[in-house]
Parts: sequence; C-alpha cells; structure tokens
Amino acid sequence: MAILVLAEHDNAALKLDTAKIVTAARAIGDEVHVLVAGHQCGAVVQAAQALQGVSQVLVADASVYEAHLAENFAKLLVDLAPNYSHILASASSLGKDTLPRVAALLDVAQISEVITVVSADTFVRPVYAGNALATVQSHDAIKVMTVRASAFDAAPEGNSAAVTTLDKVFEARTQFVSQSLTVSARPELGNAGIIVSGGRGMGSGENFGMLEQLADKLGAAVGASRAAVDAGFVPNDLQVGQTGKIVAPNLYIAVGISGAIQHLAGMKDAKVIVAINKDAEAPIFQVADYGLVADLFEAVPELITSLG
Amino acid sequence: MKVLVPVKRVVDANVKVRVKADNTSVDTANLKMALNPFCEIAVEEAVRLKEAGSATEVVVVSIGNKAVQEQLRTALALGADRAIHIDTEDELVPVSIAKLLKAVQDKEQAELVIFGKQSIDGDNNQTGQMFAALMDMPQATFASEIKLEANTLQVTREIDGGMQTLKLPLPAVVTADLRLNEPRYASLPNIMKAKRKPLEVFTVADLGVTLKSHQTVVKVTPPAERKAGIMVASVAELVEKLKNEAKVI
Ligand SMILES: Cc1cc2nc3c(=O)[nH]c(=O)nc-3n(C[C@H](O)[C@H](O)[C@H](O)COP(=O)(O)OP(=O)(O)OC[C@H]3O[C@@H](n4cnc5c(N)ncnc54)[C@H](O)[C@@H]3O)c2cc1C
Repeated sequence: MAILVLAEHDNAALKLDTAKIVTAARAIGDEVHVLVAGHQCGAVVQAAQALQGVSQVLVADASVYEAHLAENFAKLLVDLAPNYSHILASASSLGKDTLPRVAALLDVAQISEVITVVSADTFVRPVYAGNALATVQSHDAIKVMTVRASAFDAAPEGNSAAVTTLDKVFEARTQFVSQSLTVSARPELGNAGIIVSGGRGMGSGENFGMLEQLADKLGAAVGASRAAVDAGFVPNDLQVGQTGKIVAPNLYIAVGISGAIQHLAGMKDAKVIVAINKDAEAPIFQVADYGLVADLFEAVPELITSLG
Repeated sequence: MKVLVPVKRVVDANVKVRVKADNTSVDTANLKMALNPFCEIAVEEAVRLKEAGSATEVVVVSIGNKAVQEQLRTALALGADRAIHIDTEDELVPVSIAKLLKAVQDKEQAELVIFGKQSIDGDNNQTGQMFAALMDMPQATFASEIKLEANTLQVTREIDGGMQTLKLPLPAVVTADLRLNEPRYASLPNIMKAKRKPLEVFTVADLGVTLKSHQTVVKVTPPAERKAGIMVASVAELVEKLKNEAKVI
C-alpha cells in the first residue's frame, strides 16, 4: 500500500520540510503520495509534483482549508487513510497539531519525531530531550508518524507526478482570527546551513542586532535560547531546543548560552558547534567543537570585523 | 465552568537521565520526580481562570501507579479543587491515556480541558490532540494566551513562523506552551490544605475502558556522544579553525 505525506506550506510555497519527509517515506516504501490541503495553492501543488519519488499529489483546495486547522485536516486525512499503510507529516507545528487527531480517530498510536526508518514498522525516535533513543516497533495497521525533518535530506526535484483533486470538504468549528508571522530575509532556522544563536547573555533585544550582523556576514539564520525568548529579546519562533526548533546545521554558533539539557536537545546534531561564553565552566563547552572563553560584547564585534 | 487538567509525573527537568545497561529503558530509579512543567503551567492557567471568576471548579487527573498521587497533591496545592487518580502499573501510550481521559470527561463534562503540550519524558506531544479528537472537540495547541468570552475561547498559539490566534466554541481543548504563564510556588498553608482535598481513585476496569497494545519498544540506546572539542584562545584562531580545519565558513 502507498504512503501518504501531508504537505507543509503556506498556500503560496511548499516548505522544504516536505521534500525531507518524502525522503523518509521513500525509506519505508516505493509508492509515495503527497496531500496538499489549503486554499488557492496551485504553486504548492506544482512544487509537490516536481519532487522525485512522488507518484501522486492529492489536492484538497477549499477556503475552509486556508488556515490549516487540525480539526478538519484530521478528518480529511482519516477519510483517505484506508488507502494507506503510513501517514507522515513533519514534526512541525502543523504535523504535531494534526497527526495525533488522525491517529486517535483511527484508533492507532502515533510515533513522534522519527529520526531513522529501520523498516516499514520499526522506527527510531528520541525521548527525554534526546538523552535516549527509543527503537519502536508498531503493531498498528496504519502507521501514523511525525518525522524530524532535520534528520533527512530533501528529495531532489525533477518529476511531474499525477494530480488527483479531492472534492469532499470537511468543515471545522475552530475559527481562524489572525496570524503574525516573523518576516525575515535570512534563511529559515530549520533549513539554514549556519545558525548564530544568542542566549540570556545577550542582555537585550537591541544587542541581538550584533548577532544579526554576524548572521548576515555568514548567510546564517538567527536562533535563541528559551531564556532569550522569555526575556522578550526575540520572538518565540527563534527558540531552539526540546520545545522549540530542532536544528542540524553545518555550523551552530552559541553566544551567551549556557547549554542547558533542553537547549542541547535542539542543536547537538549540528556538524560543528562553536560556543562563546565568558564562563569557562558553562556546560555548552562540553559539546562544542571550538570553545572561546570571552566576553561576547568583545568577541562578536571582533568576529564580525575579521570576517571582512 | 468546570476545567479539567490532566497531569503527568515525570523525571525532574534538571535531571539528566541515563539509559540502562541492558538497553531496555531509561533508568528512572531513585531520580527526583516532578509535575511535568507543561502540566504545571496548565494547572496554573486553570487556577487563574477560577480566581478570575470564570471557572467554578478545577479538577486534576493523573494516570499511573500510586506515586502519581504526589503530583496530584502538588496540583491541589497550586489551587486545584479535587483530584482523580487512575491507578495502573502499565506504561501506556498517549492514545490509551486519551481513551482513559475520555472516560473521565464523559462523567465530568468539563467545558474546558487544559493539557500541557508535551511531557518532557516521552516528548510525544500527542495526548491533548488525541483526547480532543476522541471527544470531537475543537483544539488550540501550544497556547501562549487564552481569553474567555461568553461561550468562546480566544487562544494565541506559538506556531513555527510566529503567532496565530484562533477562536473556539466551548467545550474545547487547549494545550499549554511555556509562555502561557509562570506557575506560582505552592505556599505551606496551601500544601497543608491540599492534603485534605478530595482524591478519588479508579482502576482502568472501573472506567470500563479496554486498551490495546500498539507497539513494542525494541530497545533504548544512548545517543552518539559528541567528541570533545578544543578551546581556542582568540577570535582570530577561531576564524582560522572554522575556515581551514572545519571548513564550514
Ligand atoms: C520544560 C522546559 C522546556 C525547555 N525548553 C527549552 C528550549 O526549547 N530551548 C531552550 O533554550 N531552553 C529551554 N528550556 C530552558 C533551559 O532549561 C534553560 O533555562 C535555558 O536554555 C537557558 O538559556 P540561556 O543559556 O540563554 O541562559 P543562562 O542559562 O542564563 O545562560 C546564560 C549564559 O550566558 C553567559 N554570559 C552572560 N553574559 C555574557 C557575556 N557578556 N559574554 C559571554 N557570555 C555571557 C553566561 O556565562 C551563561 O552561561 C526549557 C526548560 C524547561 C523546564
């Protein structure tokens, strides 16, 4: 039976996450379908068709799908479920919101944040903030799972999968009121090759300007610890960690971050970790490839200058 | 309005757990246990609704062995009115937990059910959403602000790209994110008072729920350790290493 992947998008563009989840799906089986649910999302459908390894794109285009609400997205997925052995989504806010509802309605368990596909019924997932990895074998007829996008490479483009339009529309009682999304010219945290992250040590939101300058020199995204978000220095969507974004860039530069378990959970799969902290005892140095004990207010400007 | 808050007993957030040598599970023996931080935030929110006059009763419920009564007492000390303990020795997956909570809700008929968004042991982030589906209730996950207006709830959620606001008719399910509130510390008099608050115990059989086996944990292993790095003496050395050794800039 085929595998269904719920597409991640904003009605205008397909997120790279979906290409990564398609790779996870291909590790399970050969026939992969992508569901694009949204409103006026023609460009998203085309992008999904272009993904290698996708044989069919299902399209549910209706105004009630515009806000991507879990309530009716789940009903839509449950309606399609009998044709599938696996239902996958990114472990994003959409996937986490929606898939548990699908699993409960199908009376199956959900496997969260899969990082390795061992076989069609066995998967590895982190527990306890990544301090242990559980290998779980599912006995359920339909496997419902969210996948950690950072653990898989994106499926390449170069395909034109068939499109099937779905007519049945599911309503929701949940009403969308408003949304405020952070607009930034920098790369998205989840897909950035380099991330410059600041913690409580930054001292203020204004001081994050320094990290933004550094990020722009490096073509990097800006991230933050929970303490920096809680203090109001930066918006919530920059939080890296157990309960924020999980990232695995080539280079992660942690500035004024102590390295709490919950923060490490979000970034310890980075290829190279740099820590700049004035406290030589800070736990972040235990995971850093390169550690610099320094006052960040001296080190960061110097770093910006030396990058030319 | 009655508010139901399901809560979980977990290893304290400050404790770093280790995997057992036989790779069967995480060793939780003799570790400091606590109310899951997100559940604590959920309890706090419910208590604030009561203090604001919006809620009339706050009921907390936990599933597990007798030890979870400790966390139920903590929730009572934070201001919940009564507690329900569903007594089981089994390690249950979220869908089974959601079914048991449905049985409780069928009796309690709460208008609002507030969960923590995830427990910091399993990191599943599923139970609230599953419960909402089983009850056919609307949901707002990852809440950072809730406002009650007559029979609707306006919830601001933390989503990947920023914030989103939804309006839900009651009864509804909310899952709490970190910034919903900052939980209070229980005062000594409230801890004493909590000991006398009602705590009912049910078994899974009492609730008439049959649970299925959904999965087997094949093994639990430690993650790959990062190899120890080096300390650099200056920014210049750092840049040189990043360019020529790590080749990442
Ligand atoms: C349930 C739960 C979930 C959580 N989830 C997350 C999560 O997802 N992400 C997350 O990050 N945290 C999370 N946390 C919080 C986590 O436990 C830590 O509190 C947090 O990560 C600390 O942030 P920090 O390192 O910025 O601050 P601190 O721990 O206060 O560290 C600040 C660091 O800055 C250094 N510093 C200060 N001034 C300077 C200077 N001038 N120059 C150089 N260095 C300086 C200090 O030496 C210190 O090491 C969670 C906690 C709980 C309980």
